Amino acid sequence: MLENWQNGGFSIYLHWPFCEAKCPYCDFNSYVSASIDQDAWKSAYLREIDRYADELPGRVVQSIFFGGGTPSLMEPSTVQAVIDRVATRFSVANDIEITLEANPSSVEASRFSDYRTAGVNRVSLGVQALNDPDLKRLGRLHSAAEAVRAMEIAQNAFDRASFDLIYARQNQSVSDWTAELKQALTMGFSHLSLYQLTIESGTAFGDRYKRGKLGGLPSEDDSADMYDVTVEMCKAAGIPMYEVSNFAAPGEQSNHNLIYWRYGDYVGIGPGAHGRFSHPERTRTATETPLSPAKWLQAALAGRDQETRQLLSAEEQGVEFLLMGLRLREGVSLDRFTELAGQDLSPNILAELESEGVIIRRDDQIIVSDQYVKLLNAVLERLIED
Amino acid sequence: MTQLSHIRNFSIVAHIDHGKSTLADRLIQETQTVADRDMKAQLLDAMDIERERGITIKANTVRLDYTADNGEKYVLNLIDTPGHVDFAYEVSRSMRAVEGSLLVVDSTQGVEAQTLANVYQAIDADHEIVPVFNKIDLPASDVDRVAEQVEDVIGIDASGAIAVSAKTGQGIHEVLEAIVNVLPAPEGDPDGPFKAMLVDSWYDAYLGVVVLIRVIDGHLKKGERIKFMSNGAVYPVDRVGVFRPAMQNADILGPGEIGFLTASIKQVRDTRVGDTITHEKKGATVPLPGFNPSVPVVFCGLFPVDSAEFEDLRDAIEKLALNDASFSYEMETSAALGFGFRCGFLGLLHLEVIRDRIEREYNIELITTAPSVVYHVFMKDGSMTELHNPADMPDPSTIDHIEEPRIKATILVPDDFLGDVLKLCQDRRGIQLDLSYAGSRAMVVYDLPLNEVVFDFYDRLKSVTKGYASFDYQLEGYREDNLVKMSVLVNDEPVDALSMMVHRDRAEMRGRAMCEKLKDLIPRHMFKIPIQAAIGGKVIARETLSALRKDVTAKCYGGDATRKRKLLDKQKAGKKKMRQFGKVDIPQEAFISALKMDN
Repeated sequence: MLENWQNGGFSIYLHWPFCEAKCPYCDFNSYVSASIDQDAWKSAYLREIDRYADELPGRVVQSIFFGGGTPSLMEPSTVQAVIDRVATRFSVANDIEITLEANPSSVEASRFSDYRTAGVNRVSLGVQALNDPDLKRLGRLHSAAEAVRAMEIAQNAFDRASFDLIYARQNQSVSDWTAELKQALTMGFSHLSLYQLTIESGTAFGDRYKRGKLGGLPSEDDSADMYDVTVEMCKAAGIPMYEVSNFAAPGEQSNHNLIYWRYGDYVGIGPGAHGRFSHPERTRTATETPLSPAKWLQAALAGRDQETRQLLSAEEQGVEFLLMGLRLREGVSLDRFTELAGQDLSPNILAELESEGVIIRRDDQIIVSDQYVKLLNAVLERLIED
Repeated sequence: MTQLSHIRNFSIVAHIDHGKSTLADRLIQETQTVADRDMKAQLLDAMDIERERGITIKANTVRLDYTADNGEKYVLNLIDTPGHVDFAYEVSRSMRAVEGSLLVVDSTQGVEAQTLANVYQAIDADHEIVPVFNKIDLPASDVDRVAEQVEDVIGIDASGAIAVSAKTGQGIHEVLEAIVNVLPAPEGDPDGPFKAMLVDSWYDAYLGVVVLIRVIDGHLKKGERIKFMSNGAVYPVDRVGVFRPAMQNADILGPGEIGFLTASIKQVRDTRVGDTITHEKKGATVPLPGFNPSVPVVFCGLFPVDSAEFEDLRDAIEKLALNDASFSYEMETSAALGFGFRCGFLGLLHLEVIRDRIEREYNIELITTAPSVVYHVFMKDGSMTELHNPADMPDPSTIDHIEEPRIKATILVPDDFLGDVLKLCQDRRGIQLDLSYAGSRAMVVYDLPLNEVVFDFYDRLKSVTKGYASFDYQLEGYREDNLVKMSVLVNDEPVDALSMMVHRDRAEMRGRAMCEKLKDLIPRHMFKIPIQAAIGGKVIARETLSALRKDVTAKCYGGDATRKRKLLDKQKAGKKKMRQFGKVDIPQEAFISALKMDN
């Protein structure tokens, strides 16, 4: 088996599962907890880093990502300890990107400089909306004004900063969103993550939706229009789309997320974290840890292996490679697909999709054309047809 | 062999869920026909589908030995009959095989539609009827009200009614006594030539065809040679016996008795319900009256979802046909659906039962095409062909005229729903023949085209009357009408499996409804899809399914790869359940759902 990870890079994801409140749209593995033993969590993370360092010697870490949950509730010293341990146990790239997700509240903003000192060089702010009534409806604890202040602090504290907005919200019209995005684009960020509100089952919104109690969601046509408008406006503002819901100035992309999309290797640490990595002698392994923070913590402290591991088949790797990679505007390499999947994509289907203008071929690369990006599922379905 | 005077043959008439099977179970238990440890609920309903739907499709039977309060030993034979209109002929035959009925009415509910339809069958068969009011253990039970209803609505004497709880066993002894004391003993000539009625038959993997008979005259023993009077076929009898309810061999079956015979008969088709069986030599010369083999009246195509399963489907269909004389089939090829079978059924329930059994017992996923009836197509050259499949419609320029089957439908319905029922019949091109009242119930008789009934008439009738209507029909022959073939085009490709015969005046309406339905049933694609209905080259209705605009805008990071991959697998599996017409995927349920007219 080839060392395919070199094509995609190597990174570490660390999951902090706690939040101050659970947002009604969020289906991430997050919990509200009255007391958190920061020291215990710190030791658990460190032990896990050691365990993976033993398993994957010689890897060069290109990025670390603190996700959650709300990692801006972590003590800066915990963050620092994690970063230091990674640097001791692995080789790290000179230009390593270390991102922390943060809520734009004043309390958290006050810790930004400590995170900076700890080694965090990029922050991703969960702003989500720029007006108070919508923030409230999304269950966010910060106000719009607070968010704007936090954004300014973040821009000063870190080398790079990004923020998230959720659109296609309840009672949001295309012009409402256009105005909000216009405002967002004036704030001088070189990276934005812009997601459409998706109703996931198992969330408060999901329950309300099932009961028919979640009104005012935009029609499919309106949300498609909002998407188109988003792509255009960001392009005009100099931060073109580089992935389905991510926009950045040239060179400002999230390196960590690029590793996912380029189907690189990543280790997932923390409850509910996923990993994908290859050993030279083995096929690619998918890992997944238990969702329960208590269970994870206990096992990690005891130094036990706790993740479920699955060796991915060639076919599964091929599918994952496509579904991640085709989200990128740079597209995917057909040769690498063949290498992973052990077979070529059907030349007939490729030709058909190309003639319909669904995909563009550039030498070894295929790219989903602009108007079909938001139909990626349908495109994938056809690509992997038997 | 039991003397005629000590035999009682009976059936149980009831509306669904009024407790027919529970009562039967209790009778079996009370007479200790089955050891307690072998009792399971609803012993007589053998097939899963029956058990799930709570309906009995084939006639089942059980023989009970009962020592009455008068000290005499009696043999009680219960025949449990199917209750659905599709099997009306089988029901009427079963009723002719017994002399009395227990009319079971849920005392918390009262008389309901199906009670009426079935009790009239029993009255037609000259049965003595014992009303049994069930579920008296429930607080809502009102025996007096139900007795009044039985007298008013059905018009039979309810003074001898027995109040029971089949659940607790209360009143079961009284039921057995009433069977002995109220129901008449069968009549027959023990010394006459052997004559028996074929009540039902089915295939058993070990014994071949098992034939359920009611002996009228004479005797039957193992080793004797018998003759089926309808076709003259002769067989040596391998065994005779009775059901308790498991099969038990007997030496001899005599007049009045109900039991089975096996005779190395290979196919159920050779044993037609209602036929008369006699001895080969010195047999009866005059058959029992009323033999009238049932013929399929509803046809549809059955295709395997996975074309590789065609041979498995053939196997399944052949096996089912062995056990069901009223089910017919022939191979069919569809441009859209590949290889399959054109199958004929007694009605829509029969169709559903067969389809469910193929899917369940043989594990083959099926696409079922539009149900159709048999048209008589008269050509200009004077010849006539039977059209079983709209796809086979000859060139219209060569056709002189087309005749369609008509039925005489009898519907009993509570007053409140009469208007809706009349409208439904009117909408389906019905001609009213009669309208009369029995108590607060109306009886309407309509002349209806069968093709208007096969789609979803029964469902609609049930829904507009909240289940209170009972419906029965008989075929009344063929009549000419202005019938045309309507084809359906999806993305300009004809979908042969959706083409149908319609009345010209109703074509636009049906076409429009079909296109609208398909627009909802076909998922949006990456391109827009025109959906058209056409007669010949002329488009009579058109809808456009707009293109899918977005299907992915959610975030997707490292933790989502597995979930997304599984989602794609699911999508792929879902797609396998669809059929491709050109570039368009049509889900299976579209083929049936598109034909239902309105909801």
